[in-house]
Amino acid sequence: MSEKVDHGRRRLLTAATTLTGAVGVAFAAVPFLASWKPSARAKALGAPVEIDISKLEPGAMLNVEWRGKPIYVVRRTSGMSEGLAKLDGLLADPASKASDQPEYAQNSVRAIRQEFLVVLGVCTHLGCAPLGRFTRGDAELGADWPGGFYCPCHGSRFDLAGRVYRNMPAPTNLAIPPYAFLDDNHILVGQDQSRAV
Amino acid sequence: MAKGASSAAAGGTMKALVAWIDERFPLTQMWNEHIAQYYAPKNFNVWYYFGSLALFVLVMQIVTGIFLTMNYKPSAAEAFASVEYIMRDVEWGWLIRYLHSTGASAFFLLVYLHMFRAMLYGSYRKPRELLWIFGMLIYLCLMGEAFFGYLLPWGNMSYWGAQVIVSLFGTLPVIGSGLVEWIRGDFYISDITLNRFFALHVIALPLVLVFLVLAHILALHEVGSNNPDGIEIKDRKGSDGVPLDGIPFHPYYTVKDIMGLAFFLILFCAVVFFAPSFGGLFLEAPNFEPANPLQTPEHIAPIWYFTPFYAMLRAVPAFFGTQVWGVLVMGGAIVLLFFLPWLDRSPVKSIRYRGPIYKIALAVFVVWFAVLGYCGFMPAVQPYKALSVMGTVYYFAFLLLMPWYTSIDSHKPAPQRVTYHAH
Repeated sequence: MSEKVDHGRRRLLTAATTLTGAVGVAFAAVPFLASWKPSARAKALGAPVEIDISKLEPGAMLNVEWRGKPIYVVRRTSGMSEGLAKLDGLLADPASKASDQPEYAQNSVRAIRQEFLVVLGVCTHLGCAPLGRFTRGDAELGADWPGGFYCPCHGSRFDLAGRVYRNMPAPTNLAIPPYAFLDDNHILVGQDQSRAV
Repeated sequence: MAKGASSAAAGGTMKALVAWIDERFPLTQMWNEHIAQYYAPKNFNVWYYFGSLALFVLVMQIVTGIFLTMNYKPSAAEAFASVEYIMRDVEWGWLIRYLHSTGASAFFLLVYLHMFRAMLYGSYRKPRELLWIFGMLIYLCLMGEAFFGYLLPWGNMSYWGAQVIVSLFGTLPVIGSGLVEWIRGDFYISDITLNRFFALHVIALPLVLVFLVLAHILALHEVGSNNPDGIEIKDRKGSDGVPLDGIPFHPYYTVKDIMGLAFFLILFCAVVFFAPSFGGLFLEAPNFEPANPLQTPEHIAPIWYFTPFYAMLRAVPAFFGTQVWGVLVMGGAIVLLFFLPWLDRSPVKSIRYRGPIYKIALAVFVVWFAVLGYCGFMPAVQPYKALSVMGTVYYFAFLLLMPWYTSIDSHKPAPQRVTYHAH
């Protein structure tokens, strides 16, 4: 029985115990952190929704909920669609290269059919719901306003295809959700065109 | 005679009880260390009320909060109605809720004044750096507490305010969208989000807050209070080891603080009883309608104590395809404050002995902070956009250039003893 204390051995044992304890704490934290992820019920409630567009007037907008987010469906008049091409020079991402949309909506009108714009009503800046301001020369937005969307939170402006203007807080165009035409009067939001048909 | 004898006997019993406790728990020792024999400078002025007032409001928020949870329902279906139930049907429920909602604004007002006091008299300077950092952590914790609490009434402004702030995390590259989903626990701000914010608001953050306040006070009592002259009273002690310019906290400052509390309560009650929404500043109009995930309020603005930082967020445009820059600027504005003790290089602490450069810089800082607060409240149009940019630039210049302008600034010599006139 030696009275001499082996400090090296004590340090090693302390370090090993601390390390083992830390690994244990990290593993024990996983269930708590994971409990914050969307639950099975929340995921199930995110199913696709069907929208009836038969009664939508030209120039009007429908506001439908999908996964708790607003989906805007705008029936664009031919005047509204034709004005889009002239704006390219004023927009941040006119060809929607950096923006979020399904392949079939990455075109000049950002839609499957030119007449119907289906867009996620969530500003790409901080998630507010932009307002539809479709009248030309809107009193608040100025005489040269060609009609589009305006975000009341931080003032981002979008055209009638949800494309953002230059130098706005929003970095990219409004996202287009996956959607499909079930027939001429019904749109299914949340499922791609190819899978629906 | 009999009366005197019985009170003497009662005194003896009391002493015996205290002695019994002292053998088992350091009661008298703690009382002396922190109250009866804690020596504070005798030249405190009106700026020294706000710490104790903030402590009072913390206690009030905890008490009123506990009573609110007895009737509040943390679910998306019931939250809004349960708040209306508290307001209309619960006896005195309106008072308890207005004390809590007005208390939140009062808390921030007091904390801002308390922080400004530190900037006036250099209270964050060596050896009080850690005291300042604990204070900043309290401020940060308070911001979280206010944010989580604001969602609970489930009004439309609650909803969209939470939506905007949670989305801030979505701007972080790569992890952003996953992180936002993890915070919300859903694809949008939902019942699930409300439920967890409730848990954070009523138990997690209050616990942290109470521990931080304890650490703040312990750090204060370790180094001793600063004072309007910014000199160390511990440098000049009498033969009994007590600072010559120090007086015991009790009874001198307990009495002074009670008098301040009485004055504060007059103003506070005036707001609670006559203007609890304070013209839309303390309770915003869109919050009187239930949360609607499909309809953002026409003019969305955070509650007043967040507006200066919100204006900074909006002042920065998106570039390189991301708006993370505004978020970084807003976060940086708060992180920089932690470093104040090391940014300030003046040889004196108190504004009384500083040169003109710091005096002007601080005055302009206050003006710009107020302008930023106003801009954050207004819609994102001109001239508020331009003012927000200018305010943000000044805010950062004030802090980042501080090492330079405080070291070239002139100063007067600080006195040996505190400036004090007997009344």
